[in-house]
Amino acid sequence: MSGPAVSGAGVSGAGVSVARVTDVLPAVLADLRSGRHRGVVVDSPPGAGKSTLVVRAAAELAAGGDPLIVVAQTNEQIDDLAVRLADAVLDATIGRLAAQDYQAPPRIRDRPAVRVGRKLADLPGCGIVIGTAAKWATIGDRVWPWAIVDEVYQMRSDMLLRIANLFERALFVGDPGQLDPFSTVDIDRWTGLSWDPMQSAVAVLLSHHPAMPVHRLPVSWRLPATAAPVVAAAFYPFARFEAGTVAGQRRLECTARSSGGAQDAAVELAAASGWALYELPARHAVRTDGQAASACAELALRVLERGTLTYSERDPGGVPVTADRIAIGAAHRDQVAAIRSYLGPAGSGITVDTANRLQGREYDVTVVLHPLSGRRDASAFHLESGRLCVLASRHRHACLVVARAGIPELLDAHPSTEPVHLNVPVKFPDGWEAHQATMSHLERHRVRAT
Amino acid sequence: MSTLTSLARAQAVRAGRAQPIATVRHLHIHDRPLVLIPLTLAGEANAPLAAMAGDHPDTPRLLVVAQPRNRDQRFAFAAALAGIVVSYVDSFTLEVEAVAGDRPRDIRVRFADAPQIVVPNPGGVGFARLFGRSTRFRRTYGDFPVDPAVPMLGRWLTFLAERAEYPGSCLLLAATEALALHWATGQSLVEDQNLAALLGWIEPPAGLTGVQAAALAEDAGICPPAGPTTDPVFDNTVLASLIRDGDVPGLEKALTTQLEPTWGLVWRAIDRLRALPAGSRVAGRWDADKEAFTAHVQHLRDGGPPQPRRDSATAAAQRLNRLERAQASYAAQRAFDDLLVLAEYRLAGEAFAGTVTAADPERVEGTGRSRKLRPHITVTTADPVRLAPGTALSAPTRPGQKATLLAVTGDEVLLELSGGMGRAATPAPGTVPELGERICYSSLTDGYQPVADFPRREDTPWTHGGPPAGYEPVAVDDAAAEEWS
Amino acid sequence: MHERQSSGGGDIEARLARIRGTAPVREHTARTIAALTTNPGCDRRAVLDAAGIDKQKLAGYVGFAFPSGQSPFAITRGNAFEAQVKADGCAGLLRLLGERLGLPVPEVSYADLAPAGGDASLEGRHARTHRLVAEAAAAGPDGAVLLDHPLLRLAVGGRTAYLEPDLIAVKLRGRFHIVEIKSFAVIDGQADGRKVAAAATQAAVYVLALRGLLAELGYGPETVADEAVLICPENFANRPTAALVDVRKQVRVLARQLSRLVRVGDLVAALPPDLTFDLGDGAGIPGRPVVEVKGALHATRARYAPECLDACELAYFCRDEARGQTAALGRSVRDELGGVPDVADVLALAEGSRAPDGDQAESAELLRLAARLRAEALAAAR
Repeated sequence: MSGPAVSGAGVSGAGVSVARVTDVLPAVLADLRSGRHRGVVVDSPPGAGKSTLVVRAAAELAAGGDPLIVVAQTNEQIDDLAVRLADAVLDATIGRLAAQDYQAPPRIRDRPAVRVGRKLADLPGCGIVIGTAAKWATIGDRVWPWAIVDEVYQMRSDMLLRIANLFERALFVGDPGQLDPFSTVDIDRWTGLSWDPMQSAVAVLLSHHPAMPVHRLPVSWRLPATAAPVVAAAFYPFARFEAGTVAGQRRLECTARSSGGAQDAAVELAAASGWALYELPARHAVRTDGQAASACAELALRVLERGTLTYSERDPGGVPVTADRIAIGAAHRDQVAAIRSYLGPAGSGITVDTANRLQGREYDVTVVLHPLSGRRDASAFHLESGRLCVLASRHRHACLVVARAGIPELLDAHPSTEPVHLNVPVKFPDGWEAHQATMSHLERHRVRAT
Repeated sequence: MSTLTSLARAQAVRAGRAQPIATVRHLHIHDRPLVLIPLTLAGEANAPLAAMAGDHPDTPRLLVVAQPRNRDQRFAFAAALAGIVVSYVDSFTLEVEAVAGDRPRDIRVRFADAPQIVVPNPGGVGFARLFGRSTRFRRTYGDFPVDPAVPMLGRWLTFLAERAEYPGSCLLLAATEALALHWATGQSLVEDQNLAALLGWIEPPAGLTGVQAAALAEDAGICPPAGPTTDPVFDNTVLASLIRDGDVPGLEKALTTQLEPTWGLVWRAIDRLRALPAGSRVAGRWDADKEAFTAHVQHLRDGGPPQPRRDSATAAAQRLNRLERAQASYAAQRAFDDLLVLAEYRLAGEAFAGTVTAADPERVEGTGRSRKLRPHITVTTADPVRLAPGTALSAPTRPGQKATLLAVTGDEVLLELSGGMGRAATPAPGTVPELGERICYSSLTDGYQPVADFPRREDTPWTHGGPPAGYEPVAVDDAAAEEWS
Repeated sequence: MHERQSSGGGDIEARLARIRGTAPVREHTARTIAALTTNPGCDRRAVLDAAGIDKQKLAGYVGFAFPSGQSPFAITRGNAFEAQVKADGCAGLLRLLGERLGLPVPEVSYADLAPAGGDASLEGRHARTHRLVAEAAAAGPDGAVLLDHPLLRLAVGGRTAYLEPDLIAVKLRGRFHIVEIKSFAVIDGQADGRKVAAAATQAAVYVLALRGLLAELGYGPETVADEAVLICPENFANRPTAALVDVRKQVRVLARQLSRLVRVGDLVAALPPDLTFDLGDGAGIPGRPVVEVKGALHATRARYAPECLDACELAYFCRDEARGQTAALGRSVRDELGGVPDVADVLALAEGSRAPDGDQAESAELLRLAARLRAEALAAAR
């Protein structure tokens, strides 16, 4: 596979022409330092090294001697970044701004280079101060020359408004394929305004600064060669990316014997091709469809029971897939609870969560309860492309999708009646189309439940 | 919608009449509301055709625009409507009440009551919003001067329409939405938009089922639409020739036939709602409406400018923050006021009700100065609990006490309590739920939500286009010069 | 994948003609083509539209007339606004394209393809449109051309539909743009989202048709812009304003639904062989027993949803047929009731008066829980 020409392309061990984060970084920093733009956006597809970029950029900016702030959206993201920054920027103290009730996890407490403070005055001499957007929004009266804003597609425009006066210039990093931020109120009072507070921070930023440079990380180091083209085509139609590994470089192997059942066939198909659609008979079911939920749990358990090994560029000799390397994803919390109830003690280490909470995480094998499984009509929630994108892009090796038959018919019968608003850029990909594309791929990897 | 309301719809189908989905009234219903039914001319941008308005069912006033495309007649209509609406609103600025402020000895004064306008449906709210937009920038001097009441009407209609977006506010109500909050019919939400059909299900005439009553209501020949759009057949067969001939008495008569049935329906809706017992937190929300009303009167008295055409970046973000906080509070208050609303959360696994089957009321954590009362209780419930360990819960009956969910084992939920037990070493009597007590917990809270900080308008950051130009008198001039037909 | 059961397109055409009976064919228009996307899961509508049946007339015949008619005021206003925009060879329109959309137009050749004089047949007018589009396209990036009332064609389910020419195609800087003039207002930059959506879907029909014509001439799809130009009155006046509407999504959805029309063959093959919607008594006078026509309708499978009431002439018939079904209470209601299709079954399961069959155990459990919680709350409030 030959990818698009990318400036500063490096060459990976496998001989594929790919760009690493370090190849993209100089151009990003050059734009940021040029003085021509107050901001630079970096779009990062799943597993393309977004955190690495953030950490490297922070290290470079801090090395210039200017103080710097880093903004992310959740405490977990901040703790992860704090750890990585502390490990990467050896000569700086990382100040971690935290709310009153924040309890530092062990990975923060173990690092003396990370100092936790409730307010800025608690963090004197910290060259890099890091905190959630919500926390930064309570800080005022100071302007930093630089900021790095991470997971900026998860951030709402009104939150950016609250923190944007804290910095002169900023690097905005995020994954455009993820779930959009949402609001609990449903009004169209602001639709069409360039500063609509319900839009994502990036949408508002770019509508005011159409000339702002947008860089793209062009290689997914997470998604295998079997997944990157599928995910890119379905969810990133205008920002294609490719896998950092070639076909065959990532392999799954089941060491224990097959029972000969359909679930084993699905696990084997996924091991061989990276994908499996485990199809249950068509039926209009309740959301917590017991058959589908138990199938999700059983497939995950079969991966363990079959003594599955992963071979990859990290582990060419092969390592077992352990429970902590498996995730099961679903759309709703009640579905998560239902799936968990079928896992039993053997599966207690397996992650089960909603798409929202799986954002940014990575596993070897994932099992996905298809959001449209058992539905007769698709709601906007079920069709949201970001939801399916998150679920279909968490894996390094294989993804098994559990669904009742009938989804293609449901999609074809879906009425197209959404209102269209003036001056609101159309969002791509459209959920309906992304679902069609994903389904037509999955149908080639179908195993029918027996 | 949820499984509970959908089940109520199914029950309504079988019963042939609407079923309650609330056990208390969640809206304030005024002793003297103003009913307003606007009609517009088809094809035009919110051009008023007629209105029926008044604060008593026996005394409707009819306003008619003989030639809706005529600018002067539109202004005359606006002035006449102002005569009704603004004087109704002003009637609430005569009496004040004193309320305690945030700090002790702080006393604030607000109006003792506030206006409440009821329109038939959301289209009526849309009319108020657009008519407010087209009149509030009008000038009383220069070219095309208007009656001073016209821009004042615009500012009040805009205020009310904006307030209608605010969850829990009752200053401007749409009758269909108010009814649909309390009853589920045996038809769909789409069909519930028709006020006559909706009331047909809630109060079917003797001898008729809801389906039959709704079918009659849908026949525009029998039951004219509740506006603001008129029946195209009426336009064609009656209205067109009357407008062409400028036949004012004919128009008044014809439009009365179109408005009167809806007038009766809106008052019936109000009576029906009034008959429900009010939820205990309704009065508190009405107090918030009174505050908002008082603040707007003050703004007008201080010579403040009319509401801008669109919110600026900072105003939009602040408004969204207020709306979201109001939404959260409104949802929690409704659930606390109404077991049927709370049941929605129980069905979703976000709340549960059960019996206290074990309690360790004197359990403590720490010693010495850090010694804290942390009683444990076990609640046995038949509800599906889908709350994660660590979630903070509270019981509507014990708002001052926090309960942290520790574990769910089968049908038993283990909770750790903190707060609301007095200052002694052991809990004050009755402060810890006792064995056998029936109790309900949920993750809903109606506690204090801190107001978020936003940059001032003049500090709008570069990301959002930078500071906007001041309150543009230019824009107002533009608007004043806008053509109107 | 479906196997085509009948032998070929000719058979299907003959079959559709029999289903239609003696009534004249109702040809597709941009509006009926756009309607393919509003409820594409409805077989009844698919068959009736494919057979070119007048649904309005049919609905009235079986006693469920669709409340129809546009207000004369709306029609007058629409016409007046369009005339105003098109006055003086579309001078106002061209000024707007320049000012609002940055499409400066120095000199434009204007051609009106309305059926005035000359060859007014559909074929003749389409041929003229074809010729002028070909000339304009051949001129490359030079030359601006404005075609008023172009008559375009689109193949719909094997038949050729001529599209009512209520639009303008304008070619500027080497690309064609579809221009639609609508009389709903844009107030402070906002317009009714449903009306804009309808305009966008109709524009998408024209985009597809114009792309089809240009493809015959050897030009790629990029020759027609993805963005349609919408001209509407601004605020409360008649002054026109322009907005660009991205119709890529509508184009893709339409293309998908058009490609699915081949399935009509399968639908028709599954219908009773003597099915017809002919209203005549054989002598050309409508006189066929209503009960027979209703029976024919019942033989086709509808997918009724309350939203149909705003969109399909047969909706009131279908609503009546769907009484007692959970889906008739709203698209989401059936889902919320565990997928159980009948109201009576929902209540029986909820009350435990009927044992669930194999597939319904979970639905029954959900319904029983909901019924218990509801009864508990109502009892406590008494």
